[in-house]
Amino acid sequence: MMKLKASLALAFGLAAFGAAHAATELVIATVNNGHMIEMQKLSKNFEQANPDIKVKWVTLEEGVLRQRVTTDIATKGGQFDIMTIGMYEAPIWGKKGWLQELKTDAAYDAEDLLPAIRNGLSVDGKLFAAPFYGESSMLMYRKDLAEKAGVQVQERPTWTQIADLAKKIHDPKAGVYGICLRGKPGWGDNMAFLSTLVNTFGGQWFDMSWKPQLDSKPWHDAITFYVDLLKNYGPPGSSANSFNEILALTNAGKCGMWIDATIAASFVSDPKQSKVADQMAFAQAPTQVTPKGANWLWSWNLAIPAGSKKVDAAQKFITWATSKEYIQLVAKTNGWANVPTGTRKSTYASPEFQKAARFAAAEKTAIDSANPTDSTLPKSPYVGVQFAAIPEFQAIGIAVGQQMSSALAGKSTVDAALKASQTAADREMKKAGYYK
Amino acid sequence: MSSAAPASPPAATHVASRFLPRLLMTPAVATLFLWMIVPLVMTLYFSVIRYNLLQPDQTGFAGLANFEFFVTDPSFTVSVINTLLLLGSVIVITVLGGIALALLIDEPFPGRGIVRLLLIAPFFVMPTVNALLWKHMMMNPIYGVLAQVWQFFGAAPVDWLTEWPLWSVIVMVAWQWLPFATLIFMTALQSLNREQLEAAQMDGANYLQRLRFMVLPHLGRSIAVVVMIEMIFLMSVFAEIFTTTGGGPGDASTNVAFLIFKQALLNFDAGVASAGALFAVVLANIAAVFMIRLVGKNLD
Repeated sequence: MMKLKASLALAFGLAAFGAAHAATELVIATVNNGHMIEMQKLSKNFEQANPDIKVKWVTLEEGVLRQRVTTDIATKGGQFDIMTIGMYEAPIWGKKGWLQELKTDAAYDAEDLLPAIRNGLSVDGKLFAAPFYGESSMLMYRKDLAEKAGVQVQERPTWTQIADLAKKIHDPKAGVYGICLRGKPGWGDNMAFLSTLVNTFGGQWFDMSWKPQLDSKPWHDAITFYVDLLKNYGPPGSSANSFNEILALTNAGKCGMWIDATIAASFVSDPKQSKVADQMAFAQAPTQVTPKGANWLWSWNLAIPAGSKKVDAAQKFITWATSKEYIQLVAKTNGWANVPTGTRKSTYASPEFQKAARFAAAEKTAIDSANPTDSTLPKSPYVGVQFAAIPEFQAIGIAVGQQMSSALAGKSTVDAALKASQTAADREMKKAGYYK
Repeated sequence: MSSAAPASPPAATHVASRFLPRLLMTPAVATLFLWMIVPLVMTLYFSVIRYNLLQPDQTGFAGLANFEFFVTDPSFTVSVINTLLLLGSVIVITVLGGIALALLIDEPFPGRGIVRLLLIAPFFVMPTVNALLWKHMMMNPIYGVLAQVWQFFGAAPVDWLTEWPLWSVIVMVAWQWLPFATLIFMTALQSLNREQLEAAQMDGANYLQRLRFMVLPHLGRSIAVVVMIEMIFLMSVFAEIFTTTGGGPGDASTNVAFLIFKQALLNFDAGVASAGALFAVVLANIAAVFMIRLVGKNLD
């Protein structure tokens, strides 16, 4: 009995204690990337500076995160106070009025945000999400192998040159494959890369009347080129490879070249992870018919769902997590090589960062050269380099991605895969009422 | 209850004695009814309206457009065929394998208890764990056990999930369900009359004859049970596909359940997904009718 009383008293005491410090609790949904995990650790600093705010994390894998936040925001579930969303969602949801407009002050210095990223996150000049880290895509290659092959890789090579170099350095007996590219189906996986390839081959997703263009010649040329390239000079099992799989291969020294997210540069040039860190060199993503849309633009961002009751606290946290000071804090704790990049001009201007990150200049050039509103040779009605920022794109991207991986695995021909893709895209667009 | 009533009860009491038990049963029946009808009606409702989470501005009655969209999906035919292939193959493998195993462990031998336990164990492995186990430890083309076996014999390792996606899923699911079939057949065999068997043996019936005319007819009912239960659960195989092949490459391992998942959670189209779910109900019923006919012939 005494025990019960004591524990009851304790419970009430705790409850009273809790009430006295009725802190606002922010539930933040985020993706399980290295930079986000770091933010989670460093959020202690934020809580110390703002004792009236408690931060609770829901960390999820990219696909699951997308499902959770999309269903939550679309059904007005209100589970999350801050959501981590991609550059694809931000303009769509902003336009629909699902997101709270972000108010920034002078100290935050919104002008410092990279213009390409900032434009991608704004609708009619209103900023709806704050970039946490951003990336483009670029070419990463092994200097030593290129030299051995007697090839000088140019600042912005063409795909023909890349195919030629891949042929020269492809040596599976020595465990080196000429080129590694994404093949795993998914609109954010293989289609992110393939869209940039199609862009530079002169293609587009939709023409000005929103008709899908998957059966056009540029698509056919690009996909045929891609399938041949990987079949001849790629690693086995390419149709299951995405970012993480290829990162592991590259770090183990098995890839001669790799075109992927600029964020990979910081991993492959880190001697702690990569066996070939000293040998890695960087150049711009290859081009073919046009330089337009040859490299993608993506950022992970923090946003507040409209109708949230904790806007002020959420705003405070977002301002903290995407500020210059936060980048300084990461630099102080983990070193300049590990700061979240691709968001602010000031990061690239920092001499310490330039010294710590060999890839800094190439990454900045890549991000600056991407323009989501003008990324295809023929005029396109949509925004986005490696995606079209319309709600229907996810479904289309997934269906097409499946077909492309099937073509890569040799389960169907390029022609059949593109035809099936066109049908799938056409069905979705018709259903959504873009045309009859 | 009625035994307490007088020998010749008046009509009123008779009605009351029927009324009371019904009244007492009402809450349970009503709960069960609601439990069944609410989700079903909601699914029916969603299937005839425009309801895409990403396009909340498009609402209203859609008629049968959702059904049409689901059925005309290029992946649709493939997924129905895959569902039936998966269902049929797993049932055949588990019934044949289950009977064989049950016969093997029917006779007493030292360590029978342990062997039985080991045989039943896979059934308690969660489907996702089962899938991961097969994907990484068995079927991986670089470090999987099967790849090592292939290499030992000098053959090139097979990338199972890419080259034989549906077959790989069938193997995983069959591995999981074989113990269930074995368990049912094992218990059924225990109720088989030994004296009859011995009598038949004395009359000169050999093993195959005893199997054909005594054991198998005895197992008929349990075969029906296994087929029915497996059919209910195998219609909706999902975890194995989701964790291993993701329905691919292409649509090679997409079944109806996975196609519905794609509509609901990758395309966020609740309307089309509901239409698909209703189709799955119809498909399950058609398959059930055929199966019952097929198996029922052997019964009574």
